[in-house]
Amino acid sequence: MLIKELSVIPGVSGDETRVRNFIREKAAGLGLPSHTDSLGNLYVHKEGRKQGNGPGLMLTAHMDEVGLMVSSIEKSGHLRFYKVGGIYEAALISKPVKIGANDLDGVIGAKAIHLQKKEERKKALTVENLYIDIGAKDKEDAEKVVKVGDYVSFYSEASRYEDLIRGKAFDNRAGCAALLEILQRDFPCSFTAVFTVQEEVGIRGAQVAAYRVNPRLALVLETTIAADTPGVKKHEHSTSLGGGPAFTIKDDSVIAHPRLLDRLIQVAEEQQRPYQFRRFGGSFTDAGAICTSGGGVAAAVVSTPCRYIHSPLSMLSLSDWRHLVEIVDGFIRSIDEKGLEI
Amino acid sequence: MKELIEKLCTSYGPAGREEQVRAAIAAEVERLGEEHFTDTLGNLVVHKNTSAEKKILVAAHMDEIGLMVTYIEENGFLRFTNLGGIPPGVLWGTRVVFADGLVGVIGQEKIKESSKPDLEQHYIDIGAADREEAQAMVKIGESAVYYAPVYRTGKRLSAKSLDNRIGCVILLETLKRLAGTTLPVEVYFAFTVQEEVGLRGAQTVAYRLKPHYGLAVDVTRVGDTPKPDFKTGVALGKGPTVKIMDSAVICHPGVTKLMQDVAEKNSIPFQLEVLERGGTDAGAIHLSREGVPSGALSVPCRYIHTPAEMVDLEDVENSIALLTELLKSTAW
Repeated sequence: MLIKELSVIPGVSGDETRVRNFIREKAAGLGLPSHTDSLGNLYVHKEGRKQGNGPGLMLTAHMDEVGLMVSSIEKSGHLRFYKVGGIYEAALISKPVKIGANDLDGVIGAKAIHLQKKEERKKALTVENLYIDIGAKDKEDAEKVVKVGDYVSFYSEASRYEDLIRGKAFDNRAGCAALLEILQRDFPCSFTAVFTVQEEVGIRGAQVAAYRVNPRLALVLETTIAADTPGVKKHEHSTSLGGGPAFTIKDDSVIAHPRLLDRLIQVAEEQQRPYQFRRFGGSFTDAGAICTSGGGVAAAVVSTPCRYIHSPLSMLSLSDWRHLVEIVDGFIRSIDEKGLEI
Repeated sequence: MKELIEKLCTSYGPAGREEQVRAAIAAEVERLGEEHFTDTLGNLVVHKNTSAEKKILVAAHMDEIGLMVTYIEENGFLRFTNLGGIPPGVLWGTRVVFADGLVGVIGQEKIKESSKPDLEQHYIDIGAADREEAQAMVKIGESAVYYAPVYRTGKRLSAKSLDNRIGCVILLETLKRLAGTTLPVEVYFAFTVQEEVGLRGAQTVAYRLKPHYGLAVDVTRVGDTPKPDFKTGVALGKGPTVKIMDSAVICHPGVTKLMQDVAEKNSIPFQLEVLERGGTDAGAIHLSREGVPSGALSVPCRYIHTPAEMVDLEDVENSIALLTELLKSTAW
């Protein structure tokens, strides 16, 4: 399965090479030419059956995932680290990780519970109290296999339970998988697919990609917070698993263009597919950088709901993902058939 | 001008949904016999005098803060997120209005005495008995703005969305007063969108127009009330401000000097403004392309982002006078 295959690849922001290579090979296998820019975005041009420039449509999905980076090596051989992207620090303790280009095994450790003072036990662990243990005897031993600046990614087996799959980095390999799925199909109009870098550290790849492609319309394929879990009020769920793909109305970076959003809703209703609106109004996506690019771009976001994003293990519904792919498919065809004046 | 203030301050136009206020501004521009166009994000632009060497972009945002519906409860109450800086403390009992005129009142869940309310603890009550009834009245994704009348008390005027409809009024009045004048500079008047959510309209309009100079017209915080929240000497009634700095821009010294020179030469009172928290369109304009020397002229305003913002009408008059004289200046 494409999502699983993509999700197990380490690809923390700024270190997307292996994800990019995977996608590039898949695109080449489909006979699609691609190129990369200086930041590492991968551009795939999808030629339509019709002649001409097409509707000026760009589809994007970011390749990078949140993770860690080695910041220093202690005399004892333990590694200190930075966070790369927004990570819930309390979720880090005791998690297995892979370090550097050779996927060295490590585990995130902290002072044993037995030795913690009463006050210490009450507090959530933060990066300052945590370290990565690679089993090195001392600093010299560690330096043989690790250097400062090495990327660290979560390591989780992907697995499936009926409609639900679990694994790391579904944010946003689920979006990449959906975009690759779209690229396998035949469309009447041409469009550009961009697999972007460094979204999790400030929507950086999308900024230069939008400048380069200079689209008229953009649709961002994302993975978003599902909080349909105990202790959260319904209006704070943001999205629910199994409720269909989520359309963004606004987040901290973008207000979805009303006519693009209307068209997405129209397509979903015509296809009689479930959809939901993302209820949380915060956070940011590539659409934020795209909508303000150049003289302005009409942009919207469609996401697969996902529990526990930005943690070592996330969970999503395959049917939500499949509905997302079909709605994106229908959206492209609708833009070709009916056009979309902005 | 009073009618224009009344018209714009009662227009509906939250960030991202500016079409009603844009239509009101477009009608006024057309009444003045000027041409205009609207870009992708919805900025409305009026182009004056295309022959001069120096090109100046004057921007006033037309959007206002708002509330966007995110969820409808089974019992018909609406949950919402913010469009821009909505202070949770002012919401309880406040009335809001949707694009189609539907009015709702904001309620608040029980909150511990010691804690401050946050947005998630509020809801909009539109009088619906249940979800089905509510869904027939409003859809998820629709936005509401404060519902408040415009009233005048002495020299002061209070309304919702004076931030920044008063800036739009200043641009329109300036446009009117410049009719028939041959300007030494080429001017774009831009009524921008989505300022309240991150200066987005100004960013794209500056890119498109490639101005030599940028000037934002907006409101600014004051420190002339009991125990003010802001450390600033800016007060109502002492003239428009020449902005020196805010969170988004350090104004170009050449532009701020020109503004002060023009004000002094024409005996227009002004104040100097350093705003520690907050930004305006100049923040986006000055970073456009290879950089644009920019400044900002602000109208002092109390109770910003509440349903009862307040400005002094003499400050508004003096703002129009300063902007008019600035655009007639040959020193750009």
